Amino acid sequence: MFIIVAGAGKVGYHLARALVADHEVLVIEQDPDRVDFVAAELGTDVIMLGDACDAATMELAGMERADLAVATTGDDEDNLTFCQVSKARYDVPRTVARINNPQNETLFKQLGIDSTVSATNLILGHIEQELPWRGLIPLMTLTGLDMEIVEIRVPREAVTVGKQVKQLLLPQGALLCLVISEGTPRLPTPETMIHADDILLAVASIESEEALRSALTEPPS
Amino acid sequence: MGCGRLGAELAVMLEADGHEIAILDVDKYAFGHLPPEFKGQKVLGDGTDQDTLRRAGAERADAFVAATRGDNRNALAAQVAKHVFQIKRVGSVIFDPIREEVYRGLGMRTINPTKLEAGLLRESIEREDE
Repeated sequence: MFIIVAGAGKVGYHLARALVADHEVLVIEQDPDRVDFVAAELGTDVIMLGDACDAATMELAGMERADLAVATTGDDEDNLTFCQVSKARYDVPRTVARINNPQNETLFKQLGIDSTVSATNLILGHIEQELPWRGLIPLMTLTGLDMEIVEIRVPREAVTVGKQVKQLLLPQGALLCLVISEGTPRLPTPETMIHADDILLAVASIESEEALRSALTEPPS
Repeated sequence: MGCGRLGAELAVMLEADGHEIAILDVDKYAFGHLPPEFKGQKVLGDGTDQDTLRRAGAERADAFVAATRGDNRNALAAQVAKHVFQIKRVGSVIFDPIREEVYRGLGMRTINPTKLEAGLLRESIEREDE
């Protein structure tokens, strides 16, 4: 694959270093000192000085034959523009963007960025898994559908405890897919009973997640 | 968004037309471009950030204009305004003609000052030659 990376900061540099053995990689970086560093470490053909969002630079980089464009800078606006121009002007088949402000993740997906990576959201996900009270944990985003596979642990005091699946009032756009009771996964039927500490996996639209979380975890009102 | 000379000038014009204005900038000294009689809300903060836009009243805004010096910032803020806050009229200044073309192709309302100014300059030069 031919991979063009915007930004030779820590993320861009280590990414290029990991990819360069198996792929053709070119990193575009504005800071001449950073360019010298990467050239010394990985070779002069891996790095290019320039503004990755500038058309002249993109042309020189060979954007039109790139298989993948990866934006790794610390500025979301630059990452978004690099990916959008790659796609719209150079028909790059796949774009990946680093997200710095976690609030931008949904928007970037909506705007057609194929993959997004948010360190903040990843760390938050891990922290949430460690907390004694678990809310809803997004496990995976279904590309292009605005839907996620989510995990919910049923708390002891939840209104759902002791109810059957057919009695649950789930929001539209959410589907319960798997019930894991005492370590045994089962496909839910209308008669499946929900117990405290069960782990539920559901597919849900992003808008319905909050309603799903409250339906499954909140205590009786 | 953006209280430079361009943003401030536009805000004053729109206020004179009777509109309610909120103007954002990351630099508090930028508000110095506004005349003392400006009545609109001055919001200190990053206009690409959703919470900042909400603070400026984006949820009830009828129009949004991104007019900073940074093309990429303008493009991001305009897309947040359009897609997150569903603001109907969203305009954006994009200085790079090629980026402007890309964003116009993606359905954004863009203004390219570079092309406009070059055209105006050409006009004035050619006129003087006659």
